[in-house]
Amino acid sequence: MGAEFVQLSLTPILIGILAAIACALPGNFLILRRQALIGDAISHVVLPGIVVAFLLTGAVAAVPMLIGAGLAAVVAVILIEAIKRLGRIEPGAAMGVVFTSLFAGGVLLLEQSDTSGVHLDVEHALMGNLESLIWLDANGWASLVDPLALAGLPPELGRIAVVALVISVLTWVFWRPLTLTTFDEGFARTLGLPASALGFGLVITAAVAAVAAFDAVGSIIVIAMFICPPAAARLMTDSLVRQVWWSVAFATLSAILGYVLAGYGPLWLGFADAVSAAGMVASVAGAILLLAALMGPRRARLGESRATS
Amino acid sequence: MTPADLALAAKDGTVLTPAAEAPALSIRGMTVSYAEKPAIFSVDADFAAGAMTAIVGPNGAGKSTLLKAALGVIPRLSGEVSVFGTPLETARARVAYVPQRASVDWDFPTRVIDVVLMGLYRELGLLGRVRAAHRAKAEACLARVGMSDFAARQIGQLSGGQQQRVFLARALAQEADLYLLDEPFAGVDAATEAAIIEVLKTLKDQGKSVVAVHHDLATVTRYFDRVLLLNVRKIAAGPVAQAFTPQTLAATYGGRLASAQIDQLRLGDGAGLPTGAGPEAGAGPKA
Repeated sequence: MGAEFVQLSLTPILIGILAAIACALPGNFLILRRQALIGDAISHVVLPGIVVAFLLTGAVAAVPMLIGAGLAAVVAVILIEAIKRLGRIEPGAAMGVVFTSLFAGGVLLLEQSDTSGVHLDVEHALMGNLESLIWLDANGWASLVDPLALAGLPPELGRIAVVALVISVLTWVFWRPLTLTTFDEGFARTLGLPASALGFGLVITAAVAAVAAFDAVGSIIVIAMFICPPAAARLMTDSLVRQVWWSVAFATLSAILGYVLAGYGPLWLGFADAVSAAGMVASVAGAILLLAALMGPRRARLGESRATS
Repeated sequence: MTPADLALAAKDGTVLTPAAEAPALSIRGMTVSYAEKPAIFSVDADFAAGAMTAIVGPNGAGKSTLLKAALGVIPRLSGEVSVFGTPLETARARVAYVPQRASVDWDFPTRVIDVVLMGLYRELGLLGRVRAAHRAKAEACLARVGMSDFAARQIGQLSGGQQQRVFLARALAQEADLYLLDEPFAGVDAATEAAIIEVLKTLKDQGKSVVAVHHDLATVTRYFDRVLLLNVRKIAAGPVAQAFTPQTLAATYGGRLASAQIDQLRLGDGAGLPTGAGPEAGAGPKA
């Protein structure tokens, strides 16, 4: 639990935690707005964006791919809105249509293009590559204060840290109008609040979180973290502030526990190989939601309100 | 009493009738449509300042739509809206809106006091701290609707009537001059209805203006002094005594309201309103 931990496990766990928090924060509001699927949609449509960026630049470089993914997310959001309005179908169906067809398009593109020489495939898109985000330059806890070693940190850590910080600040600054428009959009509009812009801003924020997290951890974790920690948190409390703190705690717990279980769990059970960290983190998040649904103090609230009304 | 007062005032010639000052809410040529079918069509309406006005009409007549479109909650195809003679954008602080109870998710993780504090948003701004004075104001508003004991309750635990009172308390916290309420009495218990009408009448006595979408024809004459009859188009508007007649009701509701029902309504009203008051009041605004 010393040098080896810092070198091999510290950065993947940190990246996992930051990605989970970046997704869970907007996830709280998306769920309350019945838009939870939008995280799912965005994390799928980044695949075609990344493939197109690769085809245009011919290299697996982070920045063009993030731009491609971001553009794809914006295109998807616009498409979803357009289908909702023109096709007059319910939002869930509009999202389902957009993200499955764009993801499928991304898979076809990937198949047809020559990506054999680079690390770009569907599996990577889904699972990410958490285990490979190691800190080779580290040789112990002392490396945390060693500028030379710090320079060798995986770049994904810096990116997701900035995104998680920005999203935390945005959540704090826009807390009041976001809460108001989420609870009662009509009333918020009569106060002069730009409800549509706030809603769009939330979706864009979720898209940024999804793209940055996708870069580091793949879309499975992204989807799970948008929904599981906030949904479990809702079952713990009737206060939105506390719900958001619970969701951060659950996201952090999922990332740590998931990573450790993926690495050591199979060994403890007598199997030879570790399992996918991304898969395990998402599974732990799901297990936490299940436990909250079974034991959370506020799980019975629907029944209560029916009884008193 | 109000129509009679009006008539007296007009005879004296010393008191301005409400019609002389800018209406609390003025709507010109407003058309709103859902999916190409107009929900309301080319409606002109003035809601007098200092009065309590009911918007009445059958289901699907566009009553709620009129309020929502006037306030910009939903988009309108055309129409001008002014509040106390100025454009809505500059007068938002003077308007409080009480949406339909069913329009929000009452399972939202928040407490009663926090919902009332939402009424102080314009005062608090983006990052302003909620101070003791704000909390005291919110609590005072809860007291006015008889909900003091519920401040710390989760909103999901409230009955329909209690939810409506909390919404009214939030509007009171806005300290507006014009209160627009969408079906404030829908699905509430008798005690809540009485409490709400008491609060609204107090507002009127303080010179505030009240407009409410209302569905119970039997209480129009008792609760309100003016009425707007709406069925996609404006059918009639004015003091209740003049605009709320068997003819206008038949025109508004068409075949949906049997003439026997209208007769019953007028009979019921006869007890509350002396027969002489009608014509006398009618002379008021004309003079």
